Amino acid sequence: MSIDLKTIKHISKLSRISVDEKKAEKLVGDLNSIFDFIEKLNKLKTDNVEPLTSVAETTLKLRADEVKSKNLRDQVIKNSPRENEDYFVVPKVIE
Amino acid sequence: MSDITKQALSELVENIKSKKLSSSEVTKAFVERSEKSKELNAYITEDYTNALNKAKKFDEKPNLDLKLPGIPMAVKDLFCTKNLRTTAGSKILNNFVPTYESTVTQNIWNEGAILMGKLNCDEFAMGSSNETSFFGNVQNPIDKNLVPGGSSGGSSSAVAAQLTPITIGTDTGGSIRQPASFTGTVGLKPTYGSCSRYGIVAFASSLDQAGPMAQNVKDCALLHEIISTYDEKDSTSIDFKRNEYSKELTKDIKGKKIGIPKEYRVDGMPKEIEDLWKKGIEYAKDCGAEIIDISLPHTNYALPTYYIVAPAEASSNLARYDGVKYGFRAEGENLIDMYEKTRSEGFGAEVQRRIMIGTYVLSSGYYDAYYLKAQKVRKLIKNDFDEAYKKVDAILTPSTPSSAFKIGEKTNDPVSMYLNDIFTVPVNLAGLPGISIPAGHDAKGYPLGLQIIGKAFDEQNILNIAYAMEEKINFKNNISDWWI
Repeated sequence: MSIDLKTIKHISKLSRISVDEKKAEKLVGDLNSIFDFIEKLNKLKTDNVEPLTSVAETTLKLRADEVKSKNLRDQVIKNSPRENEDYFVVPKVIE
Repeated sequence: MSDITKQALSELVENIKSKKLSSSEVTKAFVERSEKSKELNAYITEDYTNALNKAKKFDEKPNLDLKLPGIPMAVKDLFCTKNLRTTAGSKILNNFVPTYESTVTQNIWNEGAILMGKLNCDEFAMGSSNETSFFGNVQNPIDKNLVPGGSSGGSSSAVAAQLTPITIGTDTGGSIRQPASFTGTVGLKPTYGSCSRYGIVAFASSLDQAGPMAQNVKDCALLHEIISTYDEKDSTSIDFKRNEYSKELTKDIKGKKIGIPKEYRVDGMPKEIEDLWKKGIEYAKDCGAEIIDISLPHTNYALPTYYIVAPAEASSNLARYDGVKYGFRAEGENLIDMYEKTRSEGFGAEVQRRIMIGTYVLSSGYYDAYYLKAQKVRKLIKNDFDEAYKKVDAILTPSTPSSAFKIGEKTNDPVSMYLNDIFTVPVNLAGLPGISIPAGHDAKGYPLGLQIIGKAFDEQNILNIAYAMEEKINFKNNISDWWI
């Protein structure tokens, strides 16, 4: 398998990372060498193996559904690059 | 005392408790040495004035019952510290000031330690040389133009150079153990679920663990017992009975069974690593341990598995950096354009590469072939360890396949950089604890480390083995203060 320029542009769109031609070409080389390395896994038969989703063999603890933090609005908004009173401000979405 | 910064943590604690030294004297000494060591670039953010004020306050009403009474400490810049900028080594968090504290750092301050500043690291902990940091590479105090390892490179450099008596790092694939090995220091990656991940900037959530980095095993054990707590704010934190690791530390490891995995003899491994490993086996025998040959047959598949699982989780975790809620924002013509420019300008090359790998392996049509496959192989890797631990109590391997390399030597070849973590990655995939201790030098005089891997939750055992071997090895770090 090899990753071409078209695939890179598709992944860049999915990742929401813009790439220009030069960067896309470099990524083609980088990702192909990384995937050559990754594809070693295909040599291994894993038909009857259960996928491991968590190393911790415990079930998640449940807790009471109660509010513990009170009104964190100011803290939540504090690091926003742009805000207007209680809102995050983004470029216009609806025409 | 002119040589305050040369003292190990336990000596400093002892001297403060017996009032031979004040917190102010100790803090001043480490601040002054840190200020003279800017060339190492170990710090991203300094907080010296606050540290000195806190030390003064401590001395006015010292609580000497605490485990870290008035001890100054700098920490990796991946831990959120309330009201002090936390960058994760990234431009995208360049101006981020957390409004809350990570559980691990809170545990440390609760025992009386004082924050001196935030230490450099690879961007979002993605790297093995500290060269992916937005804030520039870090110098290894061992030699000029040598990498300190990564991603906890600022931490390893600062401990080795004695800018901080002790520190914490995080380890997703080797990011505590490899830099410890490269700088002649001790680094412990605890069992997954041992230390809370709350307030640590996330990289790969099923692999990330915080852990102590120190000049010796005893200090490492002390810090570990402070940071390892059950925390309901982290749903993967595990509620098990934790030891008082430093109190229960013993050099008596007689009869302990230590496994030597044949698959760790990788092609092209330098002879000095092989020799170091042989020496390590002799040291372990001298301590009364029994050496047993074991097999971890899927070792070779660990790195490829890691480079699917970790980027997949990273691509998901890093989706939160969108220029809206916090961090850097680039202007765009519309919302999507703003997202794409923010992430393109805010993330560095390695982080973008990993987000794109992760996005690809999780994308429609490829999920089964890559991500599901990797999860299955991860199971096989964990099974290998489970099998081995029926026969042995711990496993001994080299920490890294080479000593520290030159700055710039591997930056153009991502795969050669990834190979650095070949001995450390399987431990994260299986969720086990591992400790790296300095064990010798190569021909160039650079330090080399040995890794002891334990059963899950068996940190006490690997700390004990490390403690016993440390005495036999009697390692001395050659640091000439070339940067001062």
